[in-house]
Amino acid sequence: MTTPDPIYKTDALIAEDIDKYLETHQHKTMLRFITCGSVDDGKSTLIGRLLYDSKMIFEDQLAALEADSKRSGTQGEEIDFALLVDGLAAEREQGITIDVAYRFFATEKRKFIVADTPGHEQYTRNMVTGASTADLAVILIDARKGILTQTRRHSYIVKLLGIRHVVLAVNKMDLVDYNQAEFDKIVADYKNFANSIGIDAFTAIPISGFKGDNITGPSDNTPWYTGTALLPLLETVELEDSVEQEAPFRMPVQWVNRPNLDFRGFSGLIASGTVRPGAEVRVLPSGKTSTIARIVTFDGDRDLAVAGESVTLTLADEIDCSRGQVIVAAQSPLEVADQFETTLVWMDEHNLLPGRAYWMKIGTQTVSATVHEPKYEVNVNTQEHLASKTLDLNAIGVANITTDREIPFASYDNSRDLGGFILIDKITNQTVAAGMIHFALRRAQNIHWQATDIGRDHHASMKHQKPAVLWLTGLSGSGKSTIANIVEKKLARMNRHTFLLDGDNVRHGLNKDLGFTEADRIENIRRVGEVAKLMTDAGLIVITAFISPFRAERNMVRSMMRPDEFMEIFVDTPLEVAESRDVKGLYAKARAGELKNFTGIDSPYEHPEAPELRIDTTEMSPEEAADAIIAHLIP
Amino acid sequence: MASKSLTHLQKLEAESIHIMREVVAEAENPVMLYSVGKDSAVMLHLAKKAFYPSPPPFPLLHVDTTWKFQDMYKLRDKAAKDAGMELLIYQNPEAKERGINPFDHGALHTDMWKTEGLKQALDKYGFDAAFGGARRDEEKARAKERVFSFRSANHRWDPKNQRPELWHLYNARKAKGESVRVFPISNWTELDIWQYIHLEGIEIVPLYFSAPRPTVIRDGLILMVDDDRFPLNGEEPVMRSVRFRTLGCYPLTGAVESEAKTLPEVIQEMLLTTTSERQGRAIDHDQAASMEKKKQEGYF
Repeated sequence: MTTPDPIYKTDALIAEDIDKYLETHQHKTMLRFITCGSVDDGKSTLIGRLLYDSKMIFEDQLAALEADSKRSGTQGEEIDFALLVDGLAAEREQGITIDVAYRFFATEKRKFIVADTPGHEQYTRNMVTGASTADLAVILIDARKGILTQTRRHSYIVKLLGIRHVVLAVNKMDLVDYNQAEFDKIVADYKNFANSIGIDAFTAIPISGFKGDNITGPSDNTPWYTGTALLPLLETVELEDSVEQEAPFRMPVQWVNRPNLDFRGFSGLIASGTVRPGAEVRVLPSGKTSTIARIVTFDGDRDLAVAGESVTLTLADEIDCSRGQVIVAAQSPLEVADQFETTLVWMDEHNLLPGRAYWMKIGTQTVSATVHEPKYEVNVNTQEHLASKTLDLNAIGVANITTDREIPFASYDNSRDLGGFILIDKITNQTVAAGMIHFALRRAQNIHWQATDIGRDHHASMKHQKPAVLWLTGLSGSGKSTIANIVEKKLARMNRHTFLLDGDNVRHGLNKDLGFTEADRIENIRRVGEVAKLMTDAGLIVITAFISPFRAERNMVRSMMRPDEFMEIFVDTPLEVAESRDVKGLYAKARAGELKNFTGIDSPYEHPEAPELRIDTTEMSPEEAADAIIAHLIP
Repeated sequence: MASKSLTHLQKLEAESIHIMREVVAEAENPVMLYSVGKDSAVMLHLAKKAFYPSPPPFPLLHVDTTWKFQDMYKLRDKAAKDAGMELLIYQNPEAKERGINPFDHGALHTDMWKTEGLKQALDKYGFDAAFGGARRDEEKARAKERVFSFRSANHRWDPKNQRPELWHLYNARKAKGESVRVFPISNWTELDIWQYIHLEGIEIVPLYFSAPRPTVIRDGLILMVDDDRFPLNGEEPVMRSVRFRTLGCYPLTGAVESEAKTLPEVIQEMLLTTTSERQGRAIDHDQAASMEKKKQEGYF
């Protein structure tokens, strides 16, 4: 058994002068990097070796490792470093998500956090997650195989996530006899490809993770290589700190600190720039200005704070500022907009539904946002653009996003913290996508809401009524249209100005371009919601009769209206009852497979959780139902 | 303007503070699980920093087994008082009534006092977010643990249902009844913890430092006889110069023979030592992959 001597041993200093050791180690910096490659490229072996060589493996772990190596290792009598980090086979058996694992090691100069992710295409989302916080990427290539499809995919993701430092580790050099020509050819090939996707600079190193060549120091096996070995490179690569600190000051407000009436501080992690007391700042999106009074920390007030620090700021003036807003340098504020072009990485089993509202979390603000149909999807292997109407799990595409209010932002190229965002499903609360803002669309700044002189209140008062939306939802055949019709007749008799929007009728005109896919159904409801909203502005009582099967869209329509003007009415009829009525013969067709995406049969109906009114049609006649609705509307 | 490079400890501190503030901003009823160990001590110290000049806006919760070291109980009460925080102590009434103890009940002891006790306490107070001091470097199974770890309404950890965490963005949204365990010191290593305690002068339980203590040897572990509940069967405890690398229930926590009486000496010994941190804990020797299993059941 060969047990290489860890060269990063500092035992002598530790033993002789622990205080001096602690002093030097308190000034270590930190580098986060990601390793890209699959098990076949020797990724686990490389990480295992880094842990081993930096003495992060204890004797009990080593003993277990030696035993495991003999039992199931692939390296004969040698230590199989891959076993230190490799849990993938076991994870697959256990059905555990194959995931991002974070590993830690330190040398005398730096602490390292390694994001270790599987390299296969079906784990693109995991690699994106790991890459999002990395300062550097190590792209592994098997010297025998050269540049593969996965090399291109990994490089594309590295570039997409804005990792500045790229190391091309040409591994398994021992298996090509440390041949310089082989190495040079791979580097030349990679340079061509890298330049084509916008990676301008990278460092190539010939290594053997298994044998230890050019890992901790120069290898005798590659005398022709005059560059730095991997670990010394990781120790000395320039950190982003200075770049981040030279950018203008930005701090998203996380929390307002109010221990008493005399103190009001704004806590946050500084995203970029530096700040001093007396600095002029602006709070976005409101645009109010003030100056920094104090930089408050537990260790006393500071006269300087820099990007990457968590601090609490107080302002000289009492201006509105709360969680989600961004405090910025007054002279170089951020842009504010509500429409963006973005790249999205889809991370959920349930695909993107254009038009549906998702939560968008960016910085410390969470807003409602809708994603438009993608402009294109990117083939992650070839980087070709493909036409697509949606994005599936692991798909990457470019799409516009509209938020429900204006938000301060930066392009992702300028700031990971203010240009990177996640999308959250409003019902399941899952994180469904990661996104990166390219730029704001001009349209948002140019289309202003036209303020009219005769307002909605005026319209309503002329009609002597309060506008409302009576939103009937329920299965096909539940009796929505029948009930809606009676309600309208009764209201007309009471001199109320009404309008009935019926599902079937709307589809003959306004929405005749829409079908019955999930995406089209969402757009159908969105348009009806907008029309209903305009009608309430006109002072009308709007009655709608739509199946509207999805909770998310009903909530979307609710959020468009004033809170007391929306009434969700659940026309509750059991499926068997509705099916037995089958007035239009649709259930029979759906059962026969002639109608696709039919609610209740092969498309779900999500019951309202807290409707304003529930009508049980097995107990109430349509006439009684209409009376109940009117009693609720006009008490 | 001259740039200032942040050290690794400054970056870790800023990240932990950011995580704690996100939880306080987004959760309805957060709590900090406080086990009195060195990781808890660092976590509590970070909480004081995160919310200063306010006291941390949540209580401390100690899920007690009644079998902790006496020194731990002393520091627990003092630390909470110094921080100006409410201290909640929870002891599973069923475990108490049945007299569950580490000598007679083995794994059941941990399960009832800690796993069940924690669930009961969270339910009793309706906490929807609980800070824990677990670190990813503690063992393989934790390397892929999220910072925000979601639990169903019955506290199950579903490995397939965890959320991706990108950049500094944590998705803390959850349905009613669901809760989240948050690990703000996920990215700290054992050495980081010790260095930070040293640098910040954080008070820790004296058991981490070597002193002559009454001990016996059981199953290869040096155990301290901390009170008269330890069944000795006539055996006379031996005074040994020992200290502890981790702290838990005293009958389950192995000591190491040591002369390290100061923090630098402890760090020195840790750096020169050749066994990993959790080896002193009986709980991990039960079975391979035991942590994964315990986590699914709701233990940290």
